[in-house]
Amino acid sequence: MRKDKRDFVNKVYSVKKRLLAMYKEANAGHIACSLSCAEILTFLTFFWMDDPDTLILSKGHAAAALYAVLCEAGLITEDDIKTFYKEGTYLGAHPPVRKIRGIPFATGSLGHGLPISAGRAFASKLKKENRLFFCVTSDGELDEGSTWEAALFISHHRLTNLIWMIDRNHIQGFGRTEDVMALEPLDVKLKAFRFHVIKADGHSYDSLLAAKLECLSNNGTSETPNVIICETIKGHGVSFMENTVDWHYLPMDDGQYKKALDELDAWREQQ
Amino acid sequence: MRAEFAQAMMGLFERHPNVVFLTADLGYLAFEKLRDAYPGRFVNAGVAEQNVVSVAAGMAHEGLIPWVYNIAPFAVLRPYEQIRNDVCMHNLPVKIVGNGGGYGYGIMGATHHTLEDMAVMRVLPNMKIYVPLVASDVKHAVEMMTEDKSPNYLRLNFPAEIDQPIECFKPWRRIKDGKKMVVIGVGPVLGNALNLGNNDLLDAIEIWAIGMLPTSPIPEELIASIKAKRKVMTIEEHYGQCGINELIARQLLDLKIGRIIYKSSYALGYPSGKTGSQKWLQEQSGLAGQGLEKIIKELVDA
Repeated sequence: MRKDKRDFVNKVYSVKKRLLAMYKEANAGHIACSLSCAEILTFLTFFWMDDPDTLILSKGHAAAALYAVLCEAGLITEDDIKTFYKEGTYLGAHPPVRKIRGIPFATGSLGHGLPISAGRAFASKLKKENRLFFCVTSDGELDEGSTWEAALFISHHRLTNLIWMIDRNHIQGFGRTEDVMALEPLDVKLKAFRFHVIKADGHSYDSLLAAKLECLSNNGTSETPNVIICETIKGHGVSFMENTVDWHYLPMDDGQYKKALDELDAWREQQ
Repeated sequence: MRAEFAQAMMGLFERHPNVVFLTADLGYLAFEKLRDAYPGRFVNAGVAEQNVVSVAAGMAHEGLIPWVYNIAPFAVLRPYEQIRNDVCMHNLPVKIVGNGGGYGYGIMGATHHTLEDMAVMRVLPNMKIYVPLVASDVKHAVEMMTEDKSPNYLRLNFPAEIDQPIECFKPWRRIKDGKKMVVIGVGPVLGNALNLGNNDLLDAIEIWAIGMLPTSPIPEELIASIKAKRKVMTIEEHYGQCGINELIARQLLDLKIGRIIYKSSYALGYPSGKTGSQKWLQEQSGLAGQGLEKIIKELVDA
């Protein structure tokens, strides 16, 4: 295996192991939501973003994945991680207000991250900075009008310094997206909003890398902003959690936790 | 006050390169000069009130000072969660500007009025509300807001016409002296008490204007005056619930001011179910004209 890909696998393994441990210790849900975007956040943090670049996790309910990635990056300590969900912690179920480097905005109410990112990217462009602003949204929050208000704004102002990543796991709070509020054809909608639409496997290093390169190439040749539809599996890597609504909410018992860890170990072996 | 505000923005843009102006597609015949002079820093974000507030929060995070202009209900109520979460929780210097607070848009109808904006804004963390009284207040309020590193809401309206000289804009101002009672008000509706056309009544009332909410402590000289006259009336173009009438009552209770007669005049909404001009709507609530005169007279005579 190539070194970069091996590094990616090791980081993802560490991130997922940590977030599973956090949820187990907290006896909390949102596990599948975090597993679905763990690779995306890992890839952005370690294989794309440079120092001045910044990220907003608009799907704040996957905070444990973000905390685990930031711990891996040294921005959250192991001791802090141990406080997850505990009384008096900064690390609640959703990202907090201005307490942690690497979390510029508190999120949790859906449909806020993309407009905030748009404002930041606009300001940065006005100041002629050379920074990238990443925003990871869920697919459920594409129901939010404010997300599409932001999409119009980003497109109109040609904010190519903003990279929009959609965690397209096809499941939202109370059902499958196509049953609740159909999003497809999503790529066509986004193209109609004048985005450069890239599709990626949101769990694959090679696919995310190809998407990155396509973004950079597009930014070199056009003023069309980029959106990457990351096809993902909710609960990815833990068979009994995959593609279920239940694991948006459920906590793990001891047996389930052990099985999840075993499957994570097996996944690493297969890579 | 819109023209004065536009003028103040021009001055601000010249002096502060970090100031940006955002509008949700409003400002016709007011902000063209600003738009044409500063195309990069003037952003018409379209009819998208939620987005424009979050965008402003993002801009403020990156060191800009965004002013977000809209008709008052659309400025406050449509993007309220964006104001709470993205602006106020993060204590960012976003300046929300609502034109026509109260019944300002008159015959445009109830959708264009806001009688609850001060209530919902003043409970937000870090938020300060600025309410000019006369046209010349606007530029001073804008200056104060620019210096203020926190979120602010500027409630604009048609200014009060006051003939006599008054102090510069500040949190509490005595507008005039009087012999028998104290009137405390917020915003240009206070001007109606000055323009009753009844000189005897006018001689009887001492008038104070609140310029900012939440209020700072009541000034000592106002406390002394209330203690001496024992009659207080509040006036606001806003619903009574969570209005200044409750705020001042609470402060007076805390001060253990003792027994006083306390009356309040506030917006009743649309008691007849009909609509009309700002003046007509004010009269329906006893905020102007004979209704207001009656309330004041009763208190003076009490």
